[in-house]
Amino acid sequence: MNINITDLHFTYPTGLEALQGISLTIHSGEQVAIVGQNGAGKTTLVRHFNGLLKATSGSVIIGDWDTTKYSVAKLASRVGYVFQNPDEQLFSRDVLTEVEFGPKNLGYSKEKIDELVKQALVWTELTDKTETNPYDLSPTWRKMVALASIIAMDTPIVIFDEPTTGQDFANVSRIAHVIAELKKQGKTVITITHDIDFCAENFERVIALSNGQVLLDGTARDVLGQEEILAQTYVDPPQLTRLGKLLNFKETVINQEEFLKAIK
Amino acid sequence: MAFVNIQNLTYKYPLTKTPSLQNMNLQIEKGEFISVIGANGAGKSTLCYALAGFVPHFFKGEISGEIEVDGVASSKSTLDEWVVNVGLAFQNPFNQISGAKYTVFEEIAFGLENAGVPREQMQSRVEEAMQLTGISNLADRSPYSLSGGQQQRVALTSILVMQPKLLVLDEPTSQMDPIGTREVFSVIHNLTQSGMTVVMVEHKVEWIAHFATRVIALKDGAVLMDGKPSDVLTSDVLIENGFGVSRYTSVAREAKKQGLWKKEKLPVTLFEAAEGFGSNKL
Repeated sequence: MNINITDLHFTYPTGLEALQGISLTIHSGEQVAIVGQNGAGKTTLVRHFNGLLKATSGSVIIGDWDTTKYSVAKLASRVGYVFQNPDEQLFSRDVLTEVEFGPKNLGYSKEKIDELVKQALVWTELTDKTETNPYDLSPTWRKMVALASIIAMDTPIVIFDEPTTGQDFANVSRIAHVIAELKKQGKTVITITHDIDFCAENFERVIALSNGQVLLDGTARDVLGQEEILAQTYVDPPQLTRLGKLLNFKETVINQEEFLKAIK
Repeated sequence: MAFVNIQNLTYKYPLTKTPSLQNMNLQIEKGEFISVIGANGAGKSTLCYALAGFVPHFFKGEISGEIEVDGVASSKSTLDEWVVNVGLAFQNPFNQISGAKYTVFEEIAFGLENAGVPREQMQSRVEEAMQLTGISNLADRSPYSLSGGQQQRVALTSILVMQPKLLVLDEPTSQMDPIGTREVFSVIHNLTQSGMTVVMVEHKVEWIAHFATRVIALKDGAVLMDGKPSDVLTSDVLIENGFGVSRYTSVAREAKKQGLWKKEKLPVTLFEAAEGFGSNKL
């Protein structure tokens, strides 16, 4: 299921022009990271995918659905969106009820719900916390509950808004694992992130936004190697990319494997 | 005596079974820039709350041991006396913004208003603080209309403007863009040069290594390691305990196994890594 965005403009009621003519196609099954300066329009953009925001002009089409013509509830069957702040998303009395809520509302069979919920809990390592109230968990685990509750909806498109924010090493690895599993299932994963090393290690395509426009769009290697252009939107290349430049590597390296190959 | 003196501090929240801080001892000198690292649940935020007086004055719970800042004991102070010396920027800026103010400018002035600072001084202090953190252009916006990273800058600025002697920051850059993160580290580094003492919880190892004077690694509510960034952040103890390290350190550790890193000590910054791998561009 492709996402087609054509000349998208969005202006907030305050007059702030957050998106200024964005055109993009995100193909079914792609793993895309969106990077860029605070206030560049990253969250504003992805909130159009599930209809939380409606285009001021231009269009966002999910598969064959024009998002301005479908409700958020309807779009939820195609696009799952994990909020930046889990506290804006969680409301149930225990983790299990929270994770079941989405798939139940999508009208899946009991067997399918059980299967999806179980898988989501395993991937996020929450199986021993199903009876806990999400608000008795640490912010880190609340983030995993937010993730699980969206994954369990089995939507073809999943959006993560800054999933690694404030997460420790173990949890960042868990999130990378979830993304890899979703990829295996052929799902489209779109992730907003400021963690450029995480971005380089887990995503094939990177889109850099700046002032409501697309600054760069291409493979992780092509985009993340462009130090001067990225600086316009307050992004540094990955650590090993910067190191490779100082060592005069001919090619851009973005991860440890490539670095070790290049230094030999 | 040390500027901050934590002695045998054990603390348990009212509703938890195990203590979040266990017999902690810590001395911090004036002007240090301390970075606290650790897994989620290691006690980092609780340590921040203890330094800021929220533990135990706000959260209650069971406490033993003592925290002193600038010779004054937390147990002998009230929270409103304590906040004059110690400022805390919360992990989640959404929780910190007052909700009582319409603009960023007013939000940042809120603390000064409550401290009874004269109007003229307030004006100039707010303007200066906003300039320092690069948010002057947001002055007339509503704090709730901002992006996550912008809100985080507002939260930080509203503490900086109070000019605390001890600045406690709980992941102040978690939602910031990469270059913005580096700028904030640099601003805080400059403040320590002029005598402010900073304790900052962070996961961003590269910038900790670059700017902090000392790193404290916490595990299970106790101090696991305490030392210079270049020693702590390259230590095998961190790896064994599941901490994240910088990509420079991990790539050099792997390169060392393959005989491609010749030095004894592993790098922790870009400069050290480039130098060790023989860059001619430094």
